[in-house]
Amino acid sequence: MLWEVEVVLENKKAARDPVGETIKRDLLAKKGYDMVTNVRSGQYLRINIESNDEQQAKQVVEKMCNELRIFNPVTQILTILNVKKS
Amino acid sequence: MNIKIAVIEFPASNCDRDALHVLNNVVNIKADLVWHNHFKEKDYDGVILPGGFSFGDYLRAGIIAAHSPAMDEARIMLEDGRPVLGICNGFQILTEAQFLPGALLRNESLKFVCKWVNLKIENNKTAFTNKLNKADIIDIPIAHGEGRYFTDKLKELVDNDQIVFRYTNEKGAITSDSNPNGSMDNIAGVCNLEGNCLGLMPHPERASESILSPNGTTHGKIIFDSMIDFIKKRSA
Repeated sequence: MLWEVEVVLENKKAARDPVGETIKRDLLAKKGYDMVTNVRSGQYLRINIESNDEQQAKQVVEKMCNELRIFNPVTQILTILNVKKS
Repeated sequence: MNIKIAVIEFPASNCDRDALHVLNNVVNIKADLVWHNHFKEKDYDGVILPGGFSFGDYLRAGIIAAHSPAMDEARIMLEDGRPVLGICNGFQILTEAQFLPGALLRNESLKFVCKWVNLKIENNKTAFTNKLNKADIIDIPIAHGEGRYFTDKLKELVDNDQIVFRYTNEKGAITSDSNPNGSMDNIAGVCNLEGNCLGLMPHPERASESILSPNGTTHGKIIFDSMIDFIKKRSA
């Protein structure tokens, strides 16, 4: 069965994110959206994977992201947003 | 002794021929350009991972190249004490392959920065700085978009003397104005514990001939000369 796994990679809080800061400061705040308190940018991966079930699809994606350093644990955190049938 | 250095060529390396030119024609050492899938460590006394945009910098600068077979070969050299040098994208590859601690993030300014900077020598006991003096100031160019050094183990790096270069002003003061990319503690280059692996964002191969330098200096050449000296002493 084919599954779709959505993955987000973003910098840890300790690592400044100038992209997010610029979007907030130079676009949102200047255009009146001063109620926005923080923006963090990241990378998004949509991974289609053959797997017996949802849990296994998630586990394989987590395993390969760790093993191959798809995210860099020094600077980034990885979040699996969603797993659904593809 | 016939010293031979490999300059590894990844898809989209673009400073490989500059490094090759300096080794062959300025330092006068035999060096080969070697495609990353063909590299065999047994043929070489040292290896250089050059600057550029290996594999298009996709995912993160250096991460795809870090999984290249060339890095398995380079790891053998690392472990038996031969010199491994990573310049710019090569530094990014060395951190992603975990030869060196830390990571290189996008410049704080979000701009690609291309200019000459001053570096202070913090550690002159490495394979690449043994012909420099501690606290010497050298000038050398940078050219990168992702050079902001970050580590979650800064104290460990300081305690272990792994910080090799810091960005400074002309007088050697470590200031925020002289930090071109937002690097933690103005760090421009770090080494491994043994000192035979160095990664730096600046480009010594662009600072090895006086005709290329606005000040007529050839400070970058000292890094290659040190590397050759280290190889000679090691095999003596």
